[in-house]
Amino acid sequence: MSVLIYTELADGQYKKSSIEAINYGSKVAAQLGISSIVLAIGAASEADLAKAGNFGSTKVLHAADANLVAENIMAYSKVLIETAKSQNASVVVSAKSALADAVMARAAGALQAGLVGNVVELPDTTSGFKVKRSIFSGKAFAFTNITSDVKFLAIKKNVLALEEGTASAPVEKISVDTANLTESSKVTETIKATGTLSLPEADLVVSGGRGMKGPEHWQPLLDLAEALGAATACSKPVSDLDWRPHHEHVGQTGVKVSPNLYIACGISGAIQHLAGVNSSKVIVVINKDPEAPFFKAADYGIVGDVFDVLPKLTAAVKAM
Amino acid sequence: MHTLFRISKVTILIQTFMKILVCISSVPDTTSKISFEENDTKFNKTGIQYIIGPYDDYALARAVELKETHAATVTVLNVGLADSEPQIRKALAIGADDAVRIDAEPTDSFFVANEIANYAKDKSFDLILMGRETTDYNSGVVHGMVGEMLGMPSFSPVMELNIDGTAVKLSKEIEGGKEKLETSLPCVMGCQEPIAEWKIPNMRGIMGARTKPLQVIAPSTGSLTAIEKYELPPAKGACKMISAEDAGSLIALLQTEAKVL
Ligand SMILES: Cc1cc2nc3c(=O)[nH]c(=O)nc-3n(C[C@H](O)[C@H](O)[C@H](O)COP(=O)(O)OP(=O)(O)OC[C@H]3O[C@@H](n4cnc5c(N)ncnc54)[C@H](O)[C@@H]3O)c2cc1C
Ligand SMILES: Nc1ncnc2c1ncn2[C@@H]1O[C@H](COP(=O)(O)O)[C@@H](O)[C@H]1O
Repeated sequence: MSVLIYTELADGQYKKSSIEAINYGSKVAAQLGISSIVLAIGAASEADLAKAGNFGSTKVLHAADANLVAENIMAYSKVLIETAKSQNASVVVSAKSALADAVMARAAGALQAGLVGNVVELPDTTSGFKVKRSIFSGKAFAFTNITSDVKFLAIKKNVLALEEGTASAPVEKISVDTANLTESSKVTETIKATGTLSLPEADLVVSGGRGMKGPEHWQPLLDLAEALGAATACSKPVSDLDWRPHHEHVGQTGVKVSPNLYIACGISGAIQHLAGVNSSKVIVVINKDPEAPFFKAADYGIVGDVFDVLPKLTAAVKAM
Repeated sequence: MHTLFRISKVTILIQTFMKILVCISSVPDTTSKISFEENDTKFNKTGIQYIIGPYDDYALARAVELKETHAATVTVLNVGLADSEPQIRKALAIGADDAVRIDAEPTDSFFVANEIANYAKDKSFDLILMGRETTDYNSGVVHGMVGEMLGMPSFSPVMELNIDGTAVKLSKEIEGGKEKLETSLPCVMGCQEPIAEWKIPNMRGIMGARTKPLQVIAPSTGSLTAIEKYELPPAKGACKMISAEDAGSLIALLQTEAKVL
């Protein structure tokens, strides 16, 4: 039996959230006394893939057939299903992402597995298999017992401290026939912002709302984000107005983030916005209205004009 | 696809009917204050306003739009107890033709997917539209599970959907951008904005919805997960205020006190 960890690669490296999943899955494996096996799909070097060992895995299975290049849900899930079967996986772990959700869902459907997402702690395996997960977009938690033979867990980002060792894991190539699957759903075009940090993966996020006044006024926010090495985000009206791209919009109907630091600039803090950001470790709010509801959810607040405050923060970061 | 040969007085029309299934969840309104009862083992429904899942509303709106441009029928399905019927009626008022409610409390993704798949398996739906995720448990997986169970491709989160014959063009959000794809019917999708604009029922729709068929069927399977207890997060501490003149000092606090830089 094994814990199988489904990982995602970006530019040939494990995504940070996948490293967290490896660490989590390896701890579950240790708890259950079974092996921790990583599945990686896509192009990457053996040396980079072997780093899964640093985070507790004992073996990496690498599927890199030529047709596995684009993010194909059907093909990826087939690889996951076949690997879970061949490795006799009793637990399958991934980080939560739009692609992972889609892939894990199909695999759980095929393997008759109970699936629980947004998991925030290691499972309690003393009696049954109980996990704590975040529900209602972070407004509550539920302790859920998974009763199926195979158990699927999707881990929320930034919930477990990483433990890094020096071991490396052997990498084994695997091949699963997915050719007809990639044919039935063809990617015709990929439009991707280059050179920007991935928002769901980011540890630091600087976000702007309608208080930023218009797309032409975004520079002070971008300057702070650049100085910090932070990803940028926005509120829903901002993306609805096309001031910023849709994939930057956070909240109930947008991306859900849980960075170490979320800086909200000119955002009122509507409940639907908070739903996407309230699991951030530290929240900073800059708003000219002292009554803005966001201050109630904040750790640090500045009442002031964003256009006055942002340059001061950028200068202080540069002086750090 | 059902190809009907209709013989009229002068011409023979070949019309293709598309059968669409829209799966809707009934969830607490997004502004609801969440609390629990019976020693934190049950969600407290008192005073909670229930709505069609916000993402499911996009799926429904796109399905109703497709009816305007294609010959199509829209069936709406909910796995839920009788208290979700107002949301089902609303979906009928918005433009669905008939409805099915599978009479069970939906707390487990696999169970919900299994019930949907069991219902749909012999009804030859061409398109199954869902929301990207429910706003109570935020799983985002039922569409993928249903796709696998029915042997159909599944896509999520879908932001654009166009159908021409059996050819399907869609775009879905990926990290940092979007991806355009081509596939064919039948398929399953989890939808999000801006796939369509939410629709508000009009008076005629509301009147008509009362007489549209709503079939209630008993569940045929069981759950693979069980919620044993709920918990609320600890109350947030007070917000530390920093004066705007001295804004720069925040950075030092983030470094030394909050230790996030
Ligand atoms: C079903 C549903 C889902 C939704 N989903 C989302 C979602 O996912 N994400 C989301 O963000 N919203 C969502 N919303 C919308 C949400 O309710 C709010 O309308 C939205 O978040 C407000 O955006 P905002 O704070 O940018 O704008 P506003 O509410 O207009 O706030 C602007 C703020 O900027 C401040 N301000 C103005 N000028 C300055 C200045 N010079 N300096 C400093 N501060 C200034 C103002 O005091 C104000 O607080 C949703 C709504 C619904 C009904
Ligand atoms: N109880 C339910 N009844 C019908 N459809 C549902 C139900 N729960 C979830 N769905 C559909 O599946 C989608 C994804 O839900 P989930 O995987 O639970 O986040 C939702 O947006 C709905 O379209």
